[in-house]
This record gives sequence, C-alpha cells and structure tokens, in this order.
Amino acid sequence: MAKSKYKTDFRVIRDQEKCIKCQACVRMCSNDVHYYDPETDSIILQEEKCVGCHFCEDLCPTGAITVKREIPEIKFNQHWDSKDVYNIIKQAETGGVLLTGMGSDKKFKEYFDHIVLNASQVTNPSIDPLREPMELRTFIGRKPDNINDELPPQLVLETPIMFTAMSYGSISLNAQKSLAKAAFEFGTMWNTGEGGLHQELLPYAKNVIVQVASGRFGVDIDYLENAAAVEIKIGQGAKPGIGGHLPGEKVDQEISKTRRIPIGTDALSPAPHHDIYSIEDLKQLIFAIKEATRYKKPVGVKIAAVHNVAPIASGIVRAGADFVVIDGIRGGTGAAPTVIRDNVGIPIELAVAVVDQRLREEGIRNQASLIASGGFRSSADVIKAIALGADAVYIGTAALISLGCHLCQKCYTGKCNWGIATQDPYLTKRLNPEIGAKRSYNLLRAWSLEIKEMLGGMGINAIESLRGNREQLRGVGLTEIELKLLGIKHAGEAW
Amino acid sequence: MKEIINAEGLHYKELNEKIHNTLLKDSVDEIVLENVVGQRYIAAGLNKKVRFIINGTAGNDLGIFMDGAEIFVNGNAQDGVGNTMNSGKIVVNGSAGDVIGYGMRGGCIYIKKDAGYRVGIHMKSYKENFPVIVIGGSAGDFLGEYMAGGVIIVLGLYSDKLPVGDFVGTGMHGGSIYIKRKNIDERLLGKEVKTKDLSKEDMDLISKYVGDFCKYFSLEQKEILNENFIKLYPYSSRPYGRLYAY
Repeated sequence: MAKSKYKTDFRVIRDQEKCIKCQACVRMCSNDVHYYDPETDSIILQEEKCVGCHFCEDLCPTGAITVKREIPEIKFNQHWDSKDVYNIIKQAETGGVLLTGMGSDKKFKEYFDHIVLNASQVTNPSIDPLREPMELRTFIGRKPDNINDELPPQLVLETPIMFTAMSYGSISLNAQKSLAKAAFEFGTMWNTGEGGLHQELLPYAKNVIVQVASGRFGVDIDYLENAAAVEIKIGQGAKPGIGGHLPGEKVDQEISKTRRIPIGTDALSPAPHHDIYSIEDLKQLIFAIKEATRYKKPVGVKIAAVHNVAPIASGIVRAGADFVVIDGIRGGTGAAPTVIRDNVGIPIELAVAVVDQRLREEGIRNQASLIASGGFRSSADVIKAIALGADAVYIGTAALISLGCHLCQKCYTGKCNWGIATQDPYLTKRLNPEIGAKRSYNLLRAWSLEIKEMLGGMGINAIESLRGNREQLRGVGLTEIELKLLGIKHAGEAW
Repeated sequence: MKEIINAEGLHYKELNEKIHNTLLKDSVDEIVLENVVGQRYIAAGLNKKVRFIINGTAGNDLGIFMDGAEIFVNGNAQDGVGNTMNSGKIVVNGSAGDVIGYGMRGGCIYIKKDAGYRVGIHMKSYKENFPVIVIGGSAGDFLGEYMAGGVIIVLGLYSDKLPVGDFVGTGMHGGSIYIKRKNIDERLLGKEVKTKDLSKEDMDLISKYVGDFCKYFSLEQKEILNENFIKLYPYSSRPYGRLYAY
C-alpha cells in the first residue's frame, strides 16, 4: 500500500564542510528532523518530518543548512496534482478531515495584482510626504447623519492598519504581547480573538478590540469594560459557516484562566451563535453589549465574505453595528478543514467593493466603518482596499511574518518552531515580545510610510480622501463584469 | 435602601438609564420596577450586589453579562434570560422564552413554569462558578446543546407529558441534566449523551437546588423529590476527538 509518511515536500541539505556539529538544529527542531548519532558522530536527517518552517536554516551559526522545496512527483497530469494524490493517501490511512493553517494557498485570481494606482502628472501637483504633512489618522465608528449631531464613540487609529483577531490559544502569549505592544505604541488596535484577555495584556487594553464569539469564552463584563471596542464574530474568511475547536490538550493552566474553562476540556465554538438566528437577533446582541457598556464604545460585527455579503452587511449596519469587518477567502486561521479554507467564500477585493457600493446606494455608508481583511501582503494591497471602499484593514499573516512565521501552514500542530502558534514553553520563549513588538511596529511604520508615498503621488494628502475613491484605480486584464463589480475602469480609460 | 422606578411608557434605553443613575447612589441595594412591559436588557452587565423586583413582563436579555445581582420577576420573562451571565440569581415566577442561560458561566436561574427552546446552550463552569438552571414545567427542543458544565434540572410539575423536547444535549461535553421522569425515549437524546441512575451526590445536588426552587415558589420539596429522576451525562468530554487527519 502507498504510505504518505515517507513523502515530504522538502529537502534539507547540510553542507558538511560548514557544519561544526554544534547540534543546535538537533536541540531546536520541534519536528525532530535533525538527529545526532553518537556512534558515528554525525547528524542524520529525517527529511520526511520537515514542515518547511526554515527555523534551522535561520538558526544555524555557520549557514550549513538549506531547506529546499521538493514536491513529490507523479506522472505529469493537468487534472491531478501530487498534492491531491498524497492527501487521498493520508485520508485513506486516517479516515479524517484534512486540517491546515494560514490562509488559502489555492490558485485564485489575485484581483489586487490586476489593479493599478494613479499618480498626478502636470494637471495637478503630486505631494511630497517628506515636506508636507500627510494624514493617515482614521476614525472607526458610526458617523452621524447630520454634522450637528453628537458624534458616537470612535476608535482613533494613527494608521489604517490594525492587527486582526488571533486568540491566545491559537497563538502564544508572547506573540499576542508583541502585537499588543506594537499596536499600543503605534496608536492602532490589536484584537483578542475568542480567547479572552490575558492579565498580562491589560496594560495594552486601551488599544484592544475584544471579540464575542459563539462560545463566549472569557466574555464577562470586565472583559467588555476593559476594551476599546467590541467585535461580535459571526465568521472568518478561512472557515465561513463553521465553528472553532481548541482541542483539550492545548487548554493548559494559563489558557484555562483566560478562557475561563477547566484545564483539559475541549473549547468548542458552535458554528452559529445560538442566540442569533436573524438580523433582529444580531441587533439584540449588539444593543445588549452597548447597554452593558453604557454606549461608551463602538460595537462591530465580523463576517466572512460570502455570496450574499452586500445585503448581509447592509443588515448588519441596520442592526446598529458601528463597524463591519469583512474577511475574504484568503483570510488566515490557526486551524481549519482544508476543503473549507480553499473552497468557501469570495475574494476580499470584490467583497469590499460591493459592500461599499451597496451601503452608498442605500444611503447608510456613514452609519458604519468598513474594515477589510484576508491576506493583505503589502501596503499596496492595503491602499487598494481603501480605494475600493474600506475604512481600514486588519492584517494577521503579515504581522506573524514580521515575528518570524515562514508560512509552513502547520499552526494546528502546536509545534511552531518560531514560538508563534504553540503553547510549549520551550518553543514560546524563542519569541521575545520586546523584539517582536519592535518588528511588528516596524512593519506598521514601513507600510504607513509607503502609503504616504503612494498617496502623495496621487496628489492626495489625507487617507480620508482616498476612501472609496475608485477613480484612483484601474483594472488590468479584467473582464467587464469584474470591472463592474469592482466599480473601476480599465487601464487606458481616462476620467 | 429601596428605590421604586415606574417603567410605564419608558423605552428600554430610558428605563436602563434610570436604573443606572439610581445605582450610582451607593446606598441603594434594592430596586423595584413597576409596570414592566417587555423592556429589554434590564440589569445588563450589572456587577453590583443589588436586588431587583420586577413587576410585569421582563423583556429580552434580562441579566445578560450580569455578575452578582439578584432579580425576582413577578410575571413572565421573554427570551435570553441570563445570557452569558457570570454570577447572580434570576427567579422568574412564571414562564420564560427561548435561549435561557446561553453561554452562562455561573449563577442560578429558577423558572417556575415553562421555558422555550434552546435552554442552557453552551453553559460552562469554571472554578467557583457553577451555573444552574431549574425549570418547574417543561423545556423546548435543544435543551443543553454543547453544554460544557453546570446543571440543568427540569421538573415537569404541571403535566404528565415528558417535559423536554427533541435533541436534548446534542454536542454536550460536560455538566449534567436531570429530568424528573422514570424514563426517556433515547431517540430524543443527542448522540453524545447517555442516561444514568442517580448517585447519592446527584441526589444531594438536586435536593439543594430543588430546595431553593421550592423556597422561592412556596412548593412542597418532599413531594417533588419523592419521584424518580433521570440523569443525562456526556459519555465523552471529546465528542469531536477523532475527526482530523494530522
């Protein structure tokens, strides 16, 4: 019978000339790829265990290790990929659902890569951000219908980029601390996910959005009171329509305290909130949270981008949400069934464009801020999402990459060598939250500077003026229906 | 000190604002709400040791996120009583609607008569927090779904019919449900639960909470405890254990 365990996606190459047999790789690899044999005084490789996280490569003091991709080959076939074949073998052995981590890596059209930005030439001057002030400050919350009306509570962001919901449990406390500190220092927000707010992160509570999801883990009045804003999680882009599941073995003492469940029990988040079966029920929970927190903070709702996203978002705004988060098909996760992650939902570019358009047509765009998320790779993706109608974006994977993540997609194993998606103290201590905070802060700074450059080039000096300003965008190689849905012209068409 | 608030003609927002302002006075330890006609969110997120007497019909999400207060309703309550409640007590001298005690982590809810669908979904206990729901009459379908901790007791006092609906305890992985009947058709149960005879500990637990129930509604405890109870318990704390291919 075919055996999946002998197949690997990677080749680990050790340069014997450079290797000094310090065995750092042997000690550090949580997947036991490197093994020291004292009899022959040599380091033996078990490549089949390699997940491709590149930690050893980074760690090796003499640069002796190289990790290379080596996809197991089958006879060339347009229809069957070797991945399909080996997945079937794995399922034949286990009878289980395939699990994966991070956002979808499947070949979908990358709409961001088919959209280009404008710049000023002659007819209006471009602005140099080095000599003129550029405004990235963003306000998240409901804006009044009339300028004389009282302004409802707002979140103030110094850049339109926030760290998305990643729970303590899916990522380590050191990872959360890094992001919390960076958000606090930069003046943006981080998000607890559905895992409660750990005591040690209370100093960064001024900048936290807390999540209320279907399991209601860690949710009590103090949790709501501590937060800057509350987000009701209905769904996420990586797994629209299905619940969450933190296995009991990951619920250790600290996680138990934060989620407020006994040690070792499964933390199951049901697929729907069983007190929300309609927009009216959603309204009830939104206002319950507003009542409980005395109308002092914005309350938002996060959904996955699905076929009906525009009417659903309209319902959410009418239900009283102060912000709506739309998470696209590229949205990340700590664990999701592969088949769901790769096949359910729609791309964020289309979703954000149709939601913004719908809310404008209905005259309710001012009633809620729109936050886009799901696989933003660079400041260009961010600025394009804003021009398509988003007020701000959430980044998750990009933030984790700044902490060391190399996208091996094995977050669900709890063996993350980078100390991010694990609770093993031997692994988590590798991630120094001071350094992590510095690096994720740097990422925010770098992207913000780039956004200022791009804005200046367009002759715009405030991000507010770019919001939904689709004339600044042009499509390249897009069909008529795609251009229509995105609300943009094709490259070559003038204003 | 006792304060009386007349809820007549007030929107829930106005009523709750009044309650909030009244509670700013530290001396207030009891609030009587008169003429309540379905105003929502009474005592939402309240973390003070205060006593409420509600005369009328309490609206949706009574005591949501509540942490420590006591509520006595002379009348019925609508949906979402004690939603995500942390601690405290809610006593309803009548019937209550759907989704009672959703995600409740602690405290007690006593309902004299019937409760609607989806009662006690995802109740969980944590350390000193132990949620309890006692229903005097019957409960609708989906009782105790995804239940992770705590206790639900259904007494079925006012009819001979089985006091629970379909899909009892589906996805249950902690806690226990007690139903005052001799037997139950297994087809009504979620596939994660089994029935069991009561131990002495079970009986002590039931007497304790049924004792309180009888005290609140002036009922005879002996008569109620004389008859048989069935215990429902989850036979696995990992109902979704062997699902995945690693």
